Amino acid sequence: MSSTTTPDAPAFVAKTSGGRITDFVDQRVGGSGILREFGRKVFPDHWSFMFGEVALYSFVILLLSGTFLTFFFDPSMAETHYSGSYTPLKNVEMSVAYSSSLDISFDVRGGMFMRQVHHWSALLFVASVSVHMLRVFFTGAFRKPRELNWVVGSVLLILSMAAGFTGYSLPDDLLSGNGLRIIDGVIKSIPVIGTYTSFFLFGGEFPGTMIISRLYMLHILLVPALILLMIVMHLFMVVVHKHTQYPGPGRNDGNVVGYPLGPVYAAKAGGFFFIVFGVVALMAAFFTINPIWNYGPYDPSPVSAGTQPDWYIGFVDGALRLMPGTIGDWKVEQIWFGHMFTFNVLLPALVPAGILFTVMFTYPWIERWITKDNREHHVLDRPRNAPTRTAIGMAGFVWYSVMWAAAGSDLIATHFHVALNDVTYWLRALFFIGPIIAFFVTKRVALALQRKDREIALHGRETGRIVRLPHGEFIEVHAPLDEYKRYKLVGFESPVPLPAVPNEHGVVDRKEKRRAKLSRWFFEDRVAPATPAELEAAHGHHGAHEAVEAAASEKTLSH
Amino acid sequence: MGNHSDGSPNNSGTVATAGQNEVEKFQDPGIPPHRLRLADTDPRAAKKAERQVALLFGTSVVGTLIFLVSYFAIDLGNDSSVATIRLQNALLGIGTAFAMLGIGTGIVHWAKALMPDHEVSEERHAIRTEEDRQAAVRIVDDIVEETGIKRRPLIRNTLLGAVALAPLPALAIFGDLGPRPDFTLSHTLWAPAPDGKLKRLARDPDGTPIKAADVTIGSAFHVIPEGLNELSEGKLNEKAKSVVLLMRLDPDELHPSPERADWAYNGIVAYSKICTHVGCPVALYEQQTHHLLCPCHQSTFDLTQQCKVIFGPASRPLPQLPIAVDSEGYLVATSDFHEPVGPTYWEREQHVLNNNA
Amino acid sequence: MKALSQKRRHPLAAIALLLMGLLVTGGLYAVATTVNQAKADTTTYSASDVEEGGKLFAANCATCHGMGASGSQSGPSLVGVGAAAVDFQVGTGRMPMQMNGPQAQQKPAQFNEEQTKKLAAYVASLGPGPAIPEAGVLDEKGDAAKGGELFRTNCAMCHNAAAAGGALTRGKFAPALAGVSGQHIYEAMVTGPQNMPVFNDANISPEGKRDIITFLKQIESNGSPGGADLGALGPVSEGLFVWIAGLGVIIAFTIWLTSRTS
Repeated sequence: MSSTTTPDAPAFVAKTSGGRITDFVDQRVGGSGILREFGRKVFPDHWSFMFGEVALYSFVILLLSGTFLTFFFDPSMAETHYSGSYTPLKNVEMSVAYSSSLDISFDVRGGMFMRQVHHWSALLFVASVSVHMLRVFFTGAFRKPRELNWVVGSVLLILSMAAGFTGYSLPDDLLSGNGLRIIDGVIKSIPVIGTYTSFFLFGGEFPGTMIISRLYMLHILLVPALILLMIVMHLFMVVVHKHTQYPGPGRNDGNVVGYPLGPVYAAKAGGFFFIVFGVVALMAAFFTINPIWNYGPYDPSPVSAGTQPDWYIGFVDGALRLMPGTIGDWKVEQIWFGHMFTFNVLLPALVPAGILFTVMFTYPWIERWITKDNREHHVLDRPRNAPTRTAIGMAGFVWYSVMWAAAGSDLIATHFHVALNDVTYWLRALFFIGPIIAFFVTKRVALALQRKDREIALHGRETGRIVRLPHGEFIEVHAPLDEYKRYKLVGFESPVPLPAVPNEHGVVDRKEKRRAKLSRWFFEDRVAPATPAELEAAHGHHGAHEAVEAAASEKTLSH
Repeated sequence: MGNHSDGSPNNSGTVATAGQNEVEKFQDPGIPPHRLRLADTDPRAAKKAERQVALLFGTSVVGTLIFLVSYFAIDLGNDSSVATIRLQNALLGIGTAFAMLGIGTGIVHWAKALMPDHEVSEERHAIRTEEDRQAAVRIVDDIVEETGIKRRPLIRNTLLGAVALAPLPALAIFGDLGPRPDFTLSHTLWAPAPDGKLKRLARDPDGTPIKAADVTIGSAFHVIPEGLNELSEGKLNEKAKSVVLLMRLDPDELHPSPERADWAYNGIVAYSKICTHVGCPVALYEQQTHHLLCPCHQSTFDLTQQCKVIFGPASRPLPQLPIAVDSEGYLVATSDFHEPVGPTYWEREQHVLNNNA
Repeated sequence: MKALSQKRRHPLAAIALLLMGLLVTGGLYAVATTVNQAKADTTTYSASDVEEGGKLFAANCATCHGMGASGSQSGPSLVGVGAAAVDFQVGTGRMPMQMNGPQAQQKPAQFNEEQTKKLAAYVASLGPGPAIPEAGVLDEKGDAAKGGELFRTNCAMCHNAAAAGGALTRGKFAPALAGVSGQHIYEAMVTGPQNMPVFNDANISPEGKRDIITFLKQIESNGSPGGADLGALGPVSEGLFVWIAGLGVIIAFTIWLTSRTS
């Protein structure tokens, strides 16, 4: 329609052959426009922003090493006798899946290395997703406009756990087989559909002959495809939103301060992929992971002490351990209307995970409702500047960690020489009081840090230099901050509780009252940022030793 | 220090009041002035950094060579020893680590030391402008108008119905993922053969039958039903239900309920090894305390109280297998378990009633 | 009858009676237990060994186990536990017990080999029990794969599949088996020390026990093919490692990566 592609426009001719190829492609895909848009896009720089990249890179490593493993792995549960080179299992009856996993470990050159790279990066993948989410939570990066990306990230966390668990089960060794048996037990406890679900999943009774190949399909096709899809959505939204930044001089909600993508940021991010790969390779070189040859083939009769899932499923396993099955002589499992209600399995398997994930998914909206804050936020909160949110996060983290620790209760018992039962009793208590203690402690610590910030902003940094004034008074010299450093300490918002507001009918409804109550709870304890007037007052107040401070500040500036 | 009281409590322990409502706030001083690096001012430092980057890339090359050499020089024959595998794994790993870390640290060092490090500020743009929104609304209105879906409810409703029903086959087609459970969960191999022959208790894993006299006080035998190993298919499924732990203690220490008085033989008792919690093998027998412990979730059962739960997440006692001795002195199961073994499931109670009917 | 009453006074009568009594008791005992493991004590102990062992016992063990090892409130009777039990308990330092606790702990042996042998001789003399195993079953030349199967079925639930140990109830635990001699492993199986069940020869044949020891020694000397085994504790130590070391190193790199060069 327009005249942009008229044939008689002076055509650009590239001089080199590389240039001609680039030009050829560019004319057909419009690369120039993309490069113009993104080539110099600015990314803020902070170490805590790198965890998402760690997750992405470990996923890439997983795809690479996983592809190698599929060339040798055979997910069949048919019986065979081991004939590979690991003598302690020679001629032992086992499934083809387990046998081929052993072959990868012992008879395929580099197979052991690839298995260990794959498993270590799997653990690292879920760990870095988790740490990334903790960073996003504690800095308030989930706020508008990033709520949906937080949800996508939460879905990614669940998918990464699914990917991990399906992979953990594939070698069909004793450890993972018992893990599957536990999953089967949990599924069977589901009311009404439990038994059917178990039979459908395992293709009949546990363990059957189908489960490994079914999990294999989920592990190498469905779950990674979903993860990839979510990653694309995640990164697309990152591009749309641009990255958040920490508060500081020159940074506000209207800009983004950092380094341009090309060359600095691209070089750092690109180089970081190799660094993550290198670290994973080091772990795989020197540290055994999942020694399937120790566990032996799956057989429903044996079990090993210390049977645990990989760390990311640990909190569910820990919750299962903490739940008492009988309270006195009262059975937690109940028979109602001729049917079994297995509360001793259902409650710990579903409730803690349910609460954690529900709060995780809905938290951006909960906070948005309480604060009525509908502005876009691109500058992060320092965790201390949002004490209540930080305290909520820590309470959740401690709650998770108690369950997590419970999954290793037997190892805590043997390694710290305490009784297994006592470990369980203590963790049961901590399950309830741990989050409460964590909430209050964290909130007080955050407020204390805020006060310390105020102190430093107003009175400067302690130098440790004690000076005696002419009239005999001893004072410690404080070096005032330069305005950039001070701005970092004072440039934050400190919202006040938002009282209930009448709705359009002029009525304060019950929901609004509840919101106001929560808002009070959220913001009543606060330390406001220091103001220029206070700084002025502080200096006036010091009076006598202002001169000393001035001298000290000259000194600091001079070097 | 003492007089620096601002920020400390006025009345409560926490609240510091200060000018809040943006009357007075510190002004943003802007991005701090750029500070030059050594390499920006000193050409020798720049040259040094350049050499360091090249050296790092060089180590990467060395790493790749280490990988290739250890891949080809160490051959995993048919009977490669564990030490060989460990050596090769370590060398491949070191090679990869050097190759990757060399490239990675080299690039990063290059970026940090030599590429410009001016912080720049970029404006953010509205994610959605009002203009775009209005344009989009107009387009959607046009599209809806052109389809005529509002004016032709017949089309709309039939389409909705069709789309709602279409996924049903997709659900139905998964109906063959597994068989219906029926009563399979409540029967094990311990049931006497159709000809009335009782199943002998046999050692796990070799399947040889056990004589009562073999079981001394304090011992624990891991038991499978005789004939399990000879099954041609479904062996693991049957084993998953029928594994049993056989123990002998002083008959005085057992306190059987009247209906189970003849389920033990001379202090020898047999209990299902499958935990009633979620199905791990409860295989840990403490011969002095007579406790059985599940290593997965620490459910503890007391053998002297018919395996009542005394600790942990299990709710039900382990099912007992009634045993006796046959004419040749071998231990046999006098019947199947009287209840389904293993974890609880929805239909369990009906199966219990059915078993005892 | 008369003839018998006359012979009753025969000088050898007492010995004959004693022999008969022993035969009957022994026979009854054998019938009662039919433990194949009561493979009579083949090691021959001299009378002086027994005597000196008795003295050592009276001095060091009788406080708990009672004079004549007949047991007391604080220690079980040792009649019939056999030389194997003594060699295990004393040889691994578990006995004499240092303090009361959920279970006797391993510690440096309090008696030297000679003294242990004498104690064993004394206890073995009190009644037939499992003997110290012969060298033939300890040669570590059995079938490791068979041993592995037996180990996983009978031992791994307490001692862990890689023999790294595990927890029992109320402060008790199953120890790790690395560094334990084949002889002590064998003795533990036949005597069932403390809460460990007894694995008599009818349960696991001597050949099977030899296989188990072969398996344990083989995995111990092999080491882990994948590198350091992190205690062979399974996913818990792996998870801890990836969080602390793995993420730790990566965080160190991220800090370096985002810091400004001077």
